Amino acid sequence: MTLTQQIITISLCVIGTVTTRFLPFIIFSSRKPTPKYIQYLGKALPPAIFGMLVVYCLKNVDILSGSHGLPELIAILLVAGLHLWKRQMLLSIAGGTVCYMLLVQFVF
Amino acid sequence: MIKKAARCAFPYTIPIFAGFWFLGMTYGIYMKVSGFSFIYPMLMSLTIFGGSLEFVAVELLLSAYAPLHTLIIALVIQARHLFYGISMLDKYKETGWKKFYLIFGMCDESFSINYSAQIPPDIDRGWFMFFVTLFNHLYWVFGATTGGILGSLISFNTEGLDFVMTAMFVVIFLEQWLKEKKHYTSLIGISVSAIFLILFGADSFMIPTMLCILCLLTVLRGPIGKAGEPE
Repeated sequence: MTLTQQIITISLCVIGTVTTRFLPFIIFSSRKPTPKYIQYLGKALPPAIFGMLVVYCLKNVDILSGSHGLPELIAILLVAGLHLWKRQMLLSIAGGTVCYMLLVQFVF
Repeated sequence: MIKKAARCAFPYTIPIFAGFWFLGMTYGIYMKVSGFSFIYPMLMSLTIFGGSLEFVAVELLLSAYAPLHTLIIALVIQARHLFYGISMLDKYKETGWKKFYLIFGMCDESFSINYSAQIPPDIDRGWFMFFVTLFNHLYWVFGATTGGILGSLISFNTEGLDFVMTAMFVVIFLEQWLKEKKHYTSLIGISVSAIFLILFGADSFMIPTMLCILCLLTVLRGPIGKAGEPE
């Protein structure tokens, strides 16, 4: 690939990203009232997105071989347990991550 | 006012600091060992600012020049941002010139924090969200550039540190769950993605997942709308 072709390739990645980020704001500009259906989606989507992002983070976990996703399962249960107990975001995240690192480095 | 918003925003970005520093560094090292100067990860992390696409972009740069293929890949990988935009239409309103940057820098993590954070009433919302986005952006560029400069010189045992991102999304999901009265859409999100991940595999489950979530939310508008969730 020549330098020009590299620049075009990277620019297209930028254009693709910027398009998906800006498109809703361009279609539903703040000058016109947003359609009721889109307002509904704006409220109903986020809980679904957060569920989707959890699965997205775990997409490369292989439950059929290796450690069968056990370290992930144990660490997620710890994150949830810590969070329900103390409700301290940073504590839950740090506790779960340290637990996961210990598990994959020393146990599995 | 601006300083206060920055100080309020920073703690929310600490998990991202850990995660982006590590992931960005991994990405920079990957580019370096693939034969690219640190200028590449630095500029790419600054302009694309989307982790998964940047890793794929390395492969694109190493294969034969295919502009149309590149654009399609970029749109498919980044399609989930359409959902973020729809969810942020209201929250990003009336943020002035900052709105452009808020949208430009709307990665998974900035979206999740800006959507879910309980911003104290005495803090300027626009500046708060601006700093969350800016800090995350800086961590990512910093990590990618450092990785690109140092290459594989550094090797200490950080295996498993990337779990910090998963942990953060679990916490945000849980917070959302505790806040809502009915859990229809949380359950739709997690089960549809899990089922489609098993059916289509890691590389191609996101688009069918998004379409299916959209269909279910549309069909179930009655009951979901009535449950009034989230607040």
